[in-house]
Amino acid sequence: MEGTKPELLVPAGSVEEAVSFISAGADAVLVGEDKYGMRLPGECSLEDISQIVKYAHDHEAKVYVSVNTLVSNDLLEDLPAYLEGLEKAGVDAIEFGDPAVLRAAGSAAPGLKLHWNAEMTSTNYATANYWGTKGASRVVVARELNMDEIVGMIPHLEVEAEVQVHGMTNIYHSKRRLVASYMTHQGRPVEGTNLGKDRGLFLIEAERQDEKYPIYEDMNGTHIMSSDDICILEDLHVLMEAGVHSFKIESLLKPASYTIEVIKAYRQAIEAFAKDPEGYAFEESWLDGIRHLQDSERELSFGFFYKEQVY
Amino acid sequence: METTMQHKPKYKGKRYRLDKPELLAPAGNLEKLKFAIHYGADAVYIGGQKYGLRSNADNFSFEEMREGVEFAKKYGAKVFVATNIYAHNEDLAGIEEYLRNLYEVGISAIIVADPVIVDTARRVVPNLEVHLSTQQSTVNWQAVKYWKEEGLPRVVLGRETSLEEIAEIKKHVDVEIEAFIHGAMCSSYSGRCVLSNHFTDRDSNRGGCCQSCRWKYDLFEDAREEPVWISEEEAREDRVLQQFKLGVTQLPQFAAEDNAFTMGSKDLCMISNIPDLIDVGVDSFKIEGRMKSIHYVATVVNAYRQAIDSYMADPEHFTVKPEWIQEINKAANRPLNTGFFYDTPDHEDHIYEPEEKAAPYDFAGLVMDYDAETGIATIQQRNHFKPGQEVEFFGPRGTFFKQTVGTLWDENGNEIDAARHPLQLVKFKTEQPVKYFDMMRKKK
Repeated sequence: MEGTKPELLVPAGSVEEAVSFISAGADAVLVGEDKYGMRLPGECSLEDISQIVKYAHDHEAKVYVSVNTLVSNDLLEDLPAYLEGLEKAGVDAIEFGDPAVLRAAGSAAPGLKLHWNAEMTSTNYATANYWGTKGASRVVVARELNMDEIVGMIPHLEVEAEVQVHGMTNIYHSKRRLVASYMTHQGRPVEGTNLGKDRGLFLIEAERQDEKYPIYEDMNGTHIMSSDDICILEDLHVLMEAGVHSFKIESLLKPASYTIEVIKAYRQAIEAFAKDPEGYAFEESWLDGIRHLQDSERELSFGFFYKEQVY
Repeated sequence: METTMQHKPKYKGKRYRLDKPELLAPAGNLEKLKFAIHYGADAVYIGGQKYGLRSNADNFSFEEMREGVEFAKKYGAKVFVATNIYAHNEDLAGIEEYLRNLYEVGISAIIVADPVIVDTARRVVPNLEVHLSTQQSTVNWQAVKYWKEEGLPRVVLGRETSLEEIAEIKKHVDVEIEAFIHGAMCSSYSGRCVLSNHFTDRDSNRGGCCQSCRWKYDLFEDAREEPVWISEEEAREDRVLQQFKLGVTQLPQFAAEDNAFTMGSKDLCMISNIPDLIDVGVDSFKIEGRMKSIHYVATVVNAYRQAIDSYMADPEHFTVKPEWIQEINKAANRPLNTGFFYDTPDHEDHIYEPEEKAAPYDFAGLVMDYDAETGIATIQQRNHFKPGQEVEFFGPRGTFFKQTVGTLWDENGNEIDAARHPLQLVKFKTEQPVKYFDMMRKKK
């Protein structure tokens, strides 16, 4: 049954990336700009987005736009026009975290579909349903949940569930410029220095010498990312059986060539499962392409899928 | 000659319900609650056995809450409960009953981050006030308006909000604004940090935070595919680049003698900026620290109480008293700053040097009784002290004096050489009258 296939969603940093990710097998791309969205692999203007929408819709793919920044007063003025522009461009949904976006969308772009993405704080089904009553049609569940919690959510959800299945995750976000502050403290020049995501900065904690935590600054502050890349391909069927609607592959800080391999691998699993759910079996070889291009210093892990956390 | 100093408020905002801002203090347990209120807090916030973000604090049972509420009533003070976790599926089942119990024991408000708890509270205990927690990182007026329309009379703003932004929020929304004015701060947006989850499998948003932001890190840059050539000029300007060696795969972004990288922030302290906070219309001044000591809570509350009262009584002639700052410094665990209120924190607002954690003073004794005729005080021992040591007595509203401990007696009048036993009652002559609940501290 074609209709029940879960969606494969990938953030894209440009028109070219969007096109190549869709060609590789993505059902949807997530795009946007740093002013409104957070931790995007690159920036797409409204014109770019229009172009992507045209291409995507011609190829039966969807376009979502990230508007999930923590909104400041300054941004409120531009927000309605931006959302109106997105609705006109024909995007299929926006991601939001801040209620200010909900309010602005309600008045300026009531036709926009809304996906609730509060990053690490989307941790239970009841809160997702709460945002559902406010107009959200999907929840992007927190990456810190384990498999039991995710699977346990689905029957109770009145909105769709999106789960990140691959790539790094954000583990710390500050409005402070932490790298610039550190370098200034060291007496090093900061003005004009690139501290962005292409600089390749990372942190190492004294007792965890093998783990590299990427860190970068942009207009939204300082972002620290996980040292491992989630890869749940092996157990993707558990999520497919549970009825997860959308699988997200994170492309942030990865070359497009790597992301394309990842898309292909997950595509293979999704198709195989759709064709024959009963006879489905994961094949180790699906991982070959990913493993070949995987940064040897970043572990492919199950993230929090099989971890018990305490508090 | 008359010198009138015209007071020109820089910020103008209206408080929502209160003439005077509320001073809101943390209370990690029943005893701390009593000290916080006795030393001048208008309200305290506490944690219950569930749904709070301080799983290591000795949180209140319902019985203790009831006692706390009774105590607070005598002072006209209020008790709030932090129910500010982000709930997981397994946490959902007991919420209704828990909230009913809170309402039943007389709690005035709950502080909530997760909308499911907001929604449940509004439905199940509509007369229990709900305040939006700082964990929601609310930093704009439209979001504030959203929560007001959801039935919340108060929003605790994200700590990233500046005074100007608060003024803007106040201009647009008639709602109580609570702001942290003192204490330790997350350097991340609150709730937007899972360092603990990643480093130690402890869930930060359910109270398991292990403060990984205060650990030390080394900053590196990934080796580039192309060789990097450092020009003479670059090498002159950048003391770290000078050390660059070709062929390494990770370029250290620190010189051997440099401090390590950290996200650890200095602590917030607005004692010198009370007029701005009052003028901008902040309704509730919140002190952080449910895990802090009695001495800390009493000292900090005492100083802010005086500053607020002094400004409210006579804004035109208000000056920041040096003793308020001195007092705060006696309890401070870290260097202090003004957070985001005036500007985004920069290199001077983080703690790169090794931290000197301990506050310089210890709580040595609590005054239980005072005999005005003999001038002898009965003191409950809270830390070792002995004759010959210099101690300070202080009480609510800034009463303060220093003296040397003279002859020391036990409860039965036997002379002793030191107060060694925890909670032991001892007596000695004080140089000025003291009152029940006055505190005695000594230098470490």
